[in-house]
Amino acid sequence: MQPDTVPAPVPAPASPEAQRSADVIHNIGYRHYDGPRLGRGYARVSLFSQSLRGAYGLGRSAKSKVLPMLLFAAMCAPALIIVAVAIGTKMTKLPMQYMQYTIFLQMVIALFVAAQAPQSVSRDLRFKTTPLYFSRPIERIDYVAAKFAAMTAALFILTAVPLVILYVGGLLAKFGFASQTAGFGKGIVAALLLSLLLAGIGMVIAAITPRRGFGVAAIIAVIAISYGAVSAVQGVAYSQGNFDAEGWFGLFSPISLLDGAQSWWLGATVSNPGNYGPPNAFAGIVYLLVLLAVIAGCFGLLMRRYRKVGLS
Amino acid sequence: MYNPTVARLTFRALLGRRRALILFALPALLIVISVAVRALAGVDDNVTSDLLGGFALATMVPLIGVIAGTGAIAPEIDDGSIVYLLAKPLKRPSIILTKLTVAIGVAMAFSAIPTFIAGYILNGNSQQLAVAYGIAAAVASIAYAAVFLLLGVVTRHAVVAGLVYALVWESLIGNLVPGARTLSVQQWSLALAQKIGGGDIVQSDVGLPVAIVLLVAVTVAATWFAAQRLRSLTLAGEE
Repeated sequence: MQPDTVPAPVPAPASPEAQRSADVIHNIGYRHYDGPRLGRGYARVSLFSQSLRGAYGLGRSAKSKVLPMLLFAAMCAPALIIVAVAIGTKMTKLPMQYMQYTIFLQMVIALFVAAQAPQSVSRDLRFKTTPLYFSRPIERIDYVAAKFAAMTAALFILTAVPLVILYVGGLLAKFGFASQTAGFGKGIVAALLLSLLLAGIGMVIAAITPRRGFGVAAIIAVIAISYGAVSAVQGVAYSQGNFDAEGWFGLFSPISLLDGAQSWWLGATVSNPGNYGPPNAFAGIVYLLVLLAVIAGCFGLLMRRYRKVGLS
Repeated sequence: MYNPTVARLTFRALLGRRRALILFALPALLIVISVAVRALAGVDDNVTSDLLGGFALATMVPLIGVIAGTGAIAPEIDDGSIVYLLAKPLKRPSIILTKLTVAIGVAMAFSAIPTFIAGYILNGNSQQLAVAYGIAAAVASIAYAAVFLLLGVVTRHAVVAGLVYALVWESLIGNLVPGARTLSVQQWSLALAQKIGGGDIVQSDVGLPVAIVLLVAVTVAATWFAAQRLRSLTLAGEE
């Protein structure tokens, strides 16, 4: 399209006023965008799907796919082996509860959170791109909710897919439809709770630190080291015969917290020496409440963190 | 081969702000647990050995090694400020050696000393357990610092790679596959602890001569290779 120009008056030569009036602003045809605007909801969904894909390295370089895919394979491989062994040796049920499976492979899950939570938020902070997000029509809660939900979904995929493998294997081996479905359903609920819990903890720690490497170490310290410490103390309590104390100590690390909560609420077997979970109903309720409070608290802390995140 | 300025800068980077927080938190956790266990279980050599071997040497020492080893060089490579250091007329091997010295010092200070103190709290150095595990932690710190410093030079995902080694290889696979224990810094240092500790409480899957040879070989090889890699370092952009 030919740009139309503001018609300039015919210049009168050799006069300063006329010279000035010859300087015109040309309309070079910039036009407003009149198409549909996708708005806040779309931006939220985009941010969610981008973060979820990013957690598995999709849409990023080949190098960043290696680790999440390896961890995903490490989560699924034991399930395949268990199913193969269970069918091959003609067992009458799966050798492991659905809910115990996630606890058994907790190290892989912890590594996944530690590696992927910082890449989700730390880089936005470090390269100071966070203000760009907020120049779009999203609010603070949209950013926090989208990132939190994406990390939760990524973890849920990581923990639920092996359970599906176990379930399909259990059905193929004809271990009883009702019992398998019940166990699988409980396993899925527990996996969702675990995903929310670890995503919350991981995101909060990652959001405090713009350095990726440090965030990784800090998340591992909180998730894995606290579990190691709790296990050590529980082992001592067990050898002293102090089983109530052993049950209560589980409150002090994320994984054992979930383990205790699911053992009381969903009837799982606790993965510690002697399998002593929360000693009574009161303890069970405390476990569940603490679990929910930690998840809510992490979301609150994230909201607080992004109240002021500028170019500093 | 030792440059005080580089050492000072590395030291400040390692103990600066939040990194120091986690470095202090882990030993503090160990001490708190030791006090709690001592109050709960009294003096018990087996409990002491379980706690020092299972928690201190198996999880705390590697993690501190990861933080100190990768933290000495990886952040600088990550944000590109290593070029200012490389542009100075310093030999690359001397940069590596200086950073390694600082990393070893920090790792030892934050792992060996707390392990030693925890041993004293737990059973008052009965059967030389505190000394045995303290020395094992110190020796392990040297090897971990060298290996993780190398990882920091080689890969941008040094911390994750280090954690995969420390947690998955040594803890998970080492527990399931006995052969994997031969190639584990933890077992090599345990061999040393076994020699020092009295009785049969400390067990290692590796003989002492093999362990010492492997420890020295790994440390020297990792340092040499890190120096080689730093000589031909290319700075890649963020993926």
